[in-house]
Amino acid sequence: MQRREFLKHLGVATGASVLPFLKYLPAEAAGRSDTLVVVSGSGINSLDLHRKGTNRPSYQVTVNIYDRLVRFGVKTLEDGSLAYDSTKIEPEVAESWTVSEDGKSLSFKINPKAKFWDGSPVTAHDVKWSFDRAVSLGGFPAVQMKAGSMTKPEQFVVVDDMTFRIDIPAPSKLTLPDLAVPIPFIINSKVAKAKATEKDPWATEFLHKTAAGSGAYKMARWDPGQQFVYERNDDWALGTKPGVKRVIVREVPSASTRRALVERGDADLYMNVPAKDAKEFEEGGKVGVSGAPIDNCLHVLALNLKHKPFDNVKVRQAIAYALPYKEIVAAAAYGRGKPMFGGKDMTPADITWPQPFPYDQDFDKAKALLAEAGLKDGFETTLSFNLGLADWQEPTALLIQEALGKIGIKAKLDKIPGANWRTAALVEKRLPMHLENFGGWLNYPDYYFFWAYKFGHLFNSSNYKNPEVEKLVDETLHMETSEPQYVENVKKLISIAFEDVPRIPLYQPYLDSAMQKNVSGYASWFHRQLDCRGIAKV
Amino acid sequence: MGSRLIQVGRRLAQALPSVFGVIVISFVLTRALPGDPAVYFAGAMADEESIEQVRRALGLDRTWIEQFLIYVGNLANGDWGMSLSTGRPVTEELMQRLPASLELTLLGLGLAVAVAVPLGVLAATRPDSWVDHLCRLLVTAGVSLPTFFTGLFLVYIFYYLLGWAPSPLGRLDILYLSPPQVTGFYVIDSLIAGDGETLGAALAQLVLPAATLGLFALAPIARMTRAAMLGALGSEFVRTARAGGLSSAVVLGTYAFRNAALPVLTTLGMVFSFLLGANVLVEKVFSWPGIGSFAIEALVASDYAAVQGFVLAMALLFVCVNLAIDVILTLVDPRVGLDE
Repeated sequence: MQRREFLKHLGVATGASVLPFLKYLPAEAAGRSDTLVVVSGSGINSLDLHRKGTNRPSYQVTVNIYDRLVRFGVKTLEDGSLAYDSTKIEPEVAESWTVSEDGKSLSFKINPKAKFWDGSPVTAHDVKWSFDRAVSLGGFPAVQMKAGSMTKPEQFVVVDDMTFRIDIPAPSKLTLPDLAVPIPFIINSKVAKAKATEKDPWATEFLHKTAAGSGAYKMARWDPGQQFVYERNDDWALGTKPGVKRVIVREVPSASTRRALVERGDADLYMNVPAKDAKEFEEGGKVGVSGAPIDNCLHVLALNLKHKPFDNVKVRQAIAYALPYKEIVAAAAYGRGKPMFGGKDMTPADITWPQPFPYDQDFDKAKALLAEAGLKDGFETTLSFNLGLADWQEPTALLIQEALGKIGIKAKLDKIPGANWRTAALVEKRLPMHLENFGGWLNYPDYYFFWAYKFGHLFNSSNYKNPEVEKLVDETLHMETSEPQYVENVKKLISIAFEDVPRIPLYQPYLDSAMQKNVSGYASWFHRQLDCRGIAKV
Repeated sequence: MGSRLIQVGRRLAQALPSVFGVIVISFVLTRALPGDPAVYFAGAMADEESIEQVRRALGLDRTWIEQFLIYVGNLANGDWGMSLSTGRPVTEELMQRLPASLELTLLGLGLAVAVAVPLGVLAATRPDSWVDHLCRLLVTAGVSLPTFFTGLFLVYIFYYLLGWAPSPLGRLDILYLSPPQVTGFYVIDSLIAGDGETLGAALAQLVLPAATLGLFALAPIARMTRAAMLGALGSEFVRTARAGGLSSAVVLGTYAFRNAALPVLTTLGMVFSFLLGANVLVEKVFSWPGIGSFAIEALVASDYAAVQGFVLAMALLFVCVNLAIDVILTLVDPRVGLDE
């Protein structure tokens, strides 16, 4: 620690405040109240979320350095942890908005206080250019925009410099919340356009490495494969001024090393802690853990109806009665999961989602159902899981294998490397029995059903097809939640999911982060990334 | 001297077919991998249409032959392609990461040689003494302890419990910035910049990972040294030298060791190439931004250009190392020629 002491004096001597980057980062980086040191398992690979191939960790860059028209609010959970609030939409670049009488256009008044880093004001032209870009570049951004009924540039209209309008073909409750997800971020179009070429009209080459935004943080430095550094934008006026001046996010691939760094106090915050470490941090008491169940997300056992005998609903129910739910929550989720079993009734009482399914371990029922299906002696099958998520999927698969053995179902374990998982499970949908973990960004049950229960949709890896579900989802997806029909439709959907169980929920996972006791304001987000704007350090 | 240059040139020419073979094999193997990069890079929620868009954009809808010709054409122009996952040219990625790996590997290898060669020699001169047993113990430990375990163990003892080592955060602690790039080796660059503080920091970061690698590399070197020395010491020329009354230092150093050095050098070349590719686990534990972790990430993402670039870079390096070893061998032992 002598070196640190030495540097501290040196830092003072050479004027640590003149940073960003002289020779050293500020001494005692992890000890200073204006610098937050974050360790993360995987690094970012782009500053541009619209680019093809941008990885999940990079979403956090967009969240912190760009602004959107609107954002979600933050709520306090029962245990004192903070989490985003999907029901509360707050202004960000838009100071106010109105929805037309027919519900088909949304007009946004842009806040004159919104300024890009170069000092120029954010205008409706910038918003339009950014939104056009999001729907034109294809890939994931286009899909996410489509969820909010936004598919073509013609839908985005510049009314005047400070007024922006979105026209949608039919009223939808999803459009406004879809503007608060990371995708529709607002780029400084003048800067970007200057770098655009004929071959690259959306300046993807430029924005991949250089950010041009208006957000609360700027990108001060990015050493690919090692670290990146956010620096606070002191001119940001669209919210409470962020509590820390500088955030250093260091890439540390080994989970054991990350844990050691946090326990030693050399790192302030560790995002996305494996359940086992989260539990032990909590028991240890030295390090704080903040976590919340991830909204609209379930870890499930999916049964593929393309493969016999899973086309038989009795077999699916038999399996739902055979699973060791308690052990899975205890041994695979280390208690960091909300139980999704033991519901009382085959018809749901309300539209809470996710809610416990009316199944619990009961071998007699399971055996009886199997016998009814004509499979008294059981059968053989394979149970596939994703090696990339082995921390929870491997123990879960082993527990399931053991329990199924007790009702005569011999399941062979099939480990699939992470890179091949998407192709096998979601695109080709060829795995008979497998573990799946879809979570919807927009927190509506019908949105979950849209992705996971509609035939042919990406996360319906069970090849489940039910004309009633198709019809109900189509009817409900854009419907306002205040309509009486909404509650009825969602209840119907949930009861079909109870009855048919193509996907058997195991538990609702938590998103856990560990941090030093002096770090406050951390909130869990649906995008599962770090939003450092609310964080403070004492 | 001229003839030696011609010999070196001829050796390089001999390497060309194998390099070409590596290009073909790496191209075919990456495409034979079961992962589908279009699916991977289309992102979390992509549907079939957007996956097709990505496939076209990546040129993966063309035939393998077409793709291969384009690839070779680009290589000939010095363009190794773009890494999809990092969005940067593969050459740039490799140039940045290779020095990190080389620095670590060379130091690890240096440590291993410094310990293993004297140990092997001592063990050979005193078979079944305590030195020999120590040698056996270290060799067994080096072979049987997986590197990630040694790494984590060292981190646990020296960082977590004792607090002597700096945090295992890659090449430099958070407090420091990298020295101005000249060679890419932080130790050398900070020396060039005359920055003692950064030099110390870079060395401190290197100690644990280099020791981990060193322990691993020590085993084959110590074994080979011991075996070769035993062979040399048992030979007739050593007996003659001893009988002629030469001092034991001269016998050991000049006669026995110089002869034993040949297989040891060959082993060194092998161990070096092997370490460079195989230190992925050490890189993971110490967050080292090296070439191994880059290759693994590229493999996981089916990032074709990056995987091919890595394999090609390793092949070229292997050719160079072998050549260098061969040249050194001729210097050590005049009987060894570069050809015939």
